[in-house]
Amino acid sequence: MSTGTTTPAAARALGFVRRALLSPVTVAVLAGFVLGAVILASTGADPLAAYQAIFETALGSEGLSDTLTKSIPIVGMAVALAIPLRAGLVNLGGDGQLVLGALAAGLVGLYSPLPAALTVVLALLAGIVAGGLWAALAAVLETACGVPLLVSSLLLSYPAVSLVSYLIRFKLLEPGSGIPQSEKLPAGVRLPEFMTDGGLGTGVSIGIFLVAAAGLVFAFVEARTSAGFELRMTGLGARFSAYAGVDRPRLTLRLMFASGGLAGLVGAIAVLGFPYRLTDGALTTPGYTWTGLLAALLAAASPLGTIVAGFFFAVLTVGGFGMEQETAVPQQLTQVLQAVIILFLAVRTGVFAKGGWLRRRRTSEPGAPPGGSSGAPPGIPAQPVTADPDPSAAPSGGR
Amino acid sequence: MSFDAELVFSALRALTPVLFAALGGALCERAGVFNVSLEGTLLSGCFAAVAGSWYTGSAWGGVLAAVLAGTAFSAILAIGAVSLGADAVVVGIALNLLAVGLTGFLLRTVFGTQGTFSDPDLQGLEPVDIPGVSSIPFVGDAISGHSPLVYLSWVAVAVIAVLLSRHRWGVRLRGVGEAPDAAQSLGVSVAKYRYAAVLVSGALCGLGGAQLALGNVTLFSENMTAGRGWIAVVAVMLGRALPVGVLLAALLFGLVEAFGFRLQGEGMPQQAADAAPYVMTLAALFLATRPRFRDGLVRRRPSGKAAAGGGSGGPGERPPGPPGPRGPADPPASGTSSPVPTLEPNP
Repeated sequence: MSTGTTTPAAARALGFVRRALLSPVTVAVLAGFVLGAVILASTGADPLAAYQAIFETALGSEGLSDTLTKSIPIVGMAVALAIPLRAGLVNLGGDGQLVLGALAAGLVGLYSPLPAALTVVLALLAGIVAGGLWAALAAVLETACGVPLLVSSLLLSYPAVSLVSYLIRFKLLEPGSGIPQSEKLPAGVRLPEFMTDGGLGTGVSIGIFLVAAAGLVFAFVEARTSAGFELRMTGLGARFSAYAGVDRPRLTLRLMFASGGLAGLVGAIAVLGFPYRLTDGALTTPGYTWTGLLAALLAAASPLGTIVAGFFFAVLTVGGFGMEQETAVPQQLTQVLQAVIILFLAVRTGVFAKGGWLRRRRTSEPGAPPGGSSGAPPGIPAQPVTADPDPSAAPSGGR
Repeated sequence: MSFDAELVFSALRALTPVLFAALGGALCERAGVFNVSLEGTLLSGCFAAVAGSWYTGSAWGGVLAAVLAGTAFSAILAIGAVSLGADAVVVGIALNLLAVGLTGFLLRTVFGTQGTFSDPDLQGLEPVDIPGVSSIPFVGDAISGHSPLVYLSWVAVAVIAVLLSRHRWGVRLRGVGEAPDAAQSLGVSVAKYRYAAVLVSGALCGLGGAQLALGNVTLFSENMTAGRGWIAVVAVMLGRALPVGVLLAALLFGLVEAFGFRLQGEGMPQQAADAAPYVMTLAALFLATRPRFRDGLVRRRPSGKAAAGGGSGGPGERPPGPPGPRGPADPPASGTSSPVPTLEPNP
């Protein structure tokens, strides 16, 4: 690299690296890890050894297939929740959409008379439709009845989870099984797997490509189509976009259907993968929805950034178990780490955001919130992204 | 299914944690901070209550620890959302996850156990018999014999109701929520009042957590709040952030939960009992917001101020109906009519 002549490409690359290093996301992640190190040290563990254990476990030859397997639901849910989040809408009902998708796929898988290959396709579609319709119901409750989406989606989630739990435990239960699980899907009704020699002896479902494809489609639609333009405009300024002619209720409905549909697809993929059956709590207990939501927040719902953030959180989740074996520090620490990173990010972007603390301080007295994000009027939850980092500042959003 | 004193008793017990959290949420809402971290704050209160009771050997030590923990936990929201301009919803969601992770982590590092901690030596809150009341036939069985925190929650409703409608602090707090710029220009510190609201909501959530972990049961288990904080968020909307409204909304939840427990004993699957409070809450919210929403559209259109979406039904960014003290068709609550001009300049 010659120093005299900087080509535009090199300059761009340099600028990109500098932006990435100084971006709020990097700072938040580093700050999170520093705080995590303090917690680790306070329990008497060696922070460096613990962090090394996390990444060696998750990315080592043994653990990589586990990490990829875990990243299917985490990245999937992250992208699913990022879709409405990009427009400033929070879908908190991921759990319900996820389990309904799993239920629909499981029912199709168990009872479809069609050949196995067709059944698999049908099961995936059924999962998409089930999750999508449930999420769309939440959208209708907001647009037609005025129940805020944040609340309607969350409240619809609980009955869905209870319904699926009931059906698995009382109607679909495998006879003689001590575990609350349905019967195994017929042979052949499953997604193919690869990397079958690693980790638990089960491979990575090719569902990972479906999730990746969904993420890429979202990235394309978001960046290159008029629908994506409406979506981004609504995220940046809902009132402006409505004034400019965006049909807000319709947009909400479509976004929620897409979001729930992807969540349902994730559920369907889970059922069509190991252990090839519906298990009560298998999708809700690990908290995929919440981890995914945090990942989407970390990336400010930028499509490619969300995929990266989701994979990063999958690494942390899987690595947590390795850390626990290595250093006897409970793996819940990685959950703390994820939340702390988002806190740092929210605060840091808040500081520099328009109407944020720093700017306010320069223009007026402290504490006067001139309609900044802190002054979010009560009960108007549906626009969290306003305080999120400028998408162009996120390292992955370098378009 | 009979509607007897025992049912009312268990409903009153079940609603208390929700009521505490919802009162806190109502204060925040009135001050203009949308607090979705009630769930996490409640959970941290539960853990601190059990830890405090365990190490001090007294349930009141646990209550104190829970109040301190709840306040400290909500301080993160206050600093983030009020001082640093972070988005309250994002901070709240992160706090909820932080609480789940942190309590799980501490459960293992402090108590060396996973899932649930309970011990016969763990001191719970002793029930109180109210002299005079406990001998009245129906009422006594329903009202007497609760933990002290249950009665404290009723006192809290009254105190907050009076504070908000009558006291200078409450009126200023509402002014801060409804017209921050006006309040600021009259010399009322917006930040100070918002801090106070958020910190008090943390303390109230701590009390709710203590009641849940030392009153309703005497144990801590991971994620034991199970959505009660979210129910509280909804109760704030349903009760329009009025203390008495919040009490009624929490009562609805308590009755449904008590009914659910009862029916479960008679063979109804547990899942139906689990889902019932949420379905009921959603139905209540649906019924409560629908007519107001319609009014809202009609009323808003001429002013054209908030309904920027024109005919499109108002942009969802500002669902004109349900939440908060500023619901468009919301007749001003007692004394809300002109809160700001009555504020005196603050030296």
